[in-house]
Amino acid sequence: MTLAPRDESLPGRQVALVDLLDRLLAGGVVITGDVVLSIADIDLVRISLRALVTSVAGGPDPSSHIGGERP
Amino acid sequence: MNREPTLTYVYAVAVPTPELVRTVASLRGVADAALSLLPPLDDSRPAAPAFVTSQVPHGDWREEALRARFEDLGWLESTARAHHHVIQALSERATVLPLRMATLYEDEERALAALREQRPAFADRLALLAHHAEYGVKVYVRPDAGDGDGDGPDAAPPAATPAPGSPGKAYLQARKRQHHAREDRYQQAARAAERIAAAAAPHATHAVRHPTQSGPLTHGEAGPDGENVLNDAYLVPDDRAGAFRRAVQQAGEDLPGVRVDITGPWAPYSFAMPAPRTTGTDPDPDPGTGTGTGTETPGGPT
Repeated sequence: MTLAPRDESLPGRQVALVDLLDRLLAGGVVITGDVVLSIADIDLVRISLRALVTSVAGGPDPSSHIGGERP
Repeated sequence: MNREPTLTYVYAVAVPTPELVRTVASLRGVADAALSLLPPLDDSRPAAPAFVTSQVPHGDWREEALRARFEDLGWLESTARAHHHVIQALSERATVLPLRMATLYEDEERALAALREQRPAFADRLALLAHHAEYGVKVYVRPDAGDGDGDGPDAAPPAATPAPGSPGKAYLQARKRQHHAREDRYQQAARAAERIAAAAAPHATHAVRHPTQSGPLTHGEAGPDGENVLNDAYLVPDDRAGAFRRAVQQAGEDLPGVRVDITGPWAPYSFAMPAPRTTGTDPDPDPGTGTGTGTETPGGPT
């Protein structure tokens, strides 16, 4: 019964990458794995990703193939 | 001998049911790997939280390799989508606790040991998240909102305004007006964000404030002239989801130049862990982590 609205509200639209990364890189349970990048490293990843994203900004219209893929 | 060494990738925690077992069997994870429950469902024992896992090639997922691949936006996107696909499919059938992307163990034994250590905490969190979903609320403000004449913040000061005195003085006065207009817009944006957050909160049991989004990744979302001024996540009981959406939409309706995006329902990524207690050992929690600025309001509305 609670499942119907969930299915309804995702009308085949792909989730925006930026919203996904907000959740996947900053959310979720953090437990210490054997190969996990430590929490501090994840923050570094966020920073270096930002650096990458910024450098991409100089290129020809990066938003055409990454980021929000709305119709 | 011909088998490539693997690592155990953990996606989520969930309590196994026969339905969940079928779902897990039907899904593929990162690197197109088959999924399995760890430990497998055992009817002879009471159901306890289990890991949803897959095996991934050791060479691609060991620490040094990961470090480099996290820098590769194409790889990051496909991995994030594969991880999310699993979480989303599971969350439509069960309460799940998503794990941080790329949580890896040397083998299943090591993963099981970690699971056993955390099981009581996982069970508590799963109980709290049952029949709830996460929703994102993002508020965008047009840079020229409330300006009327469509001038962006970088437009030159209006030269046509006649002012007494020297041209220099007129210029400075115009500059000042422009500055004030920009200040007003920031204040308007802040007020709009507050108003929308205030409308959302009564329908949610928990809220987390994520950093606002900017940069090229957000262009598709923000539109050509929108600035993200609020990026919140709310944990909403399933039976309040409709009221939550209506309240948020309504709050944004009569605000000029303001757009409100509601995303979700999401699996409870932003609420997978309790907000850190302020114990004094970490006086300055990093606002960059999703749970770092969370406001926990234990106990739902009744």
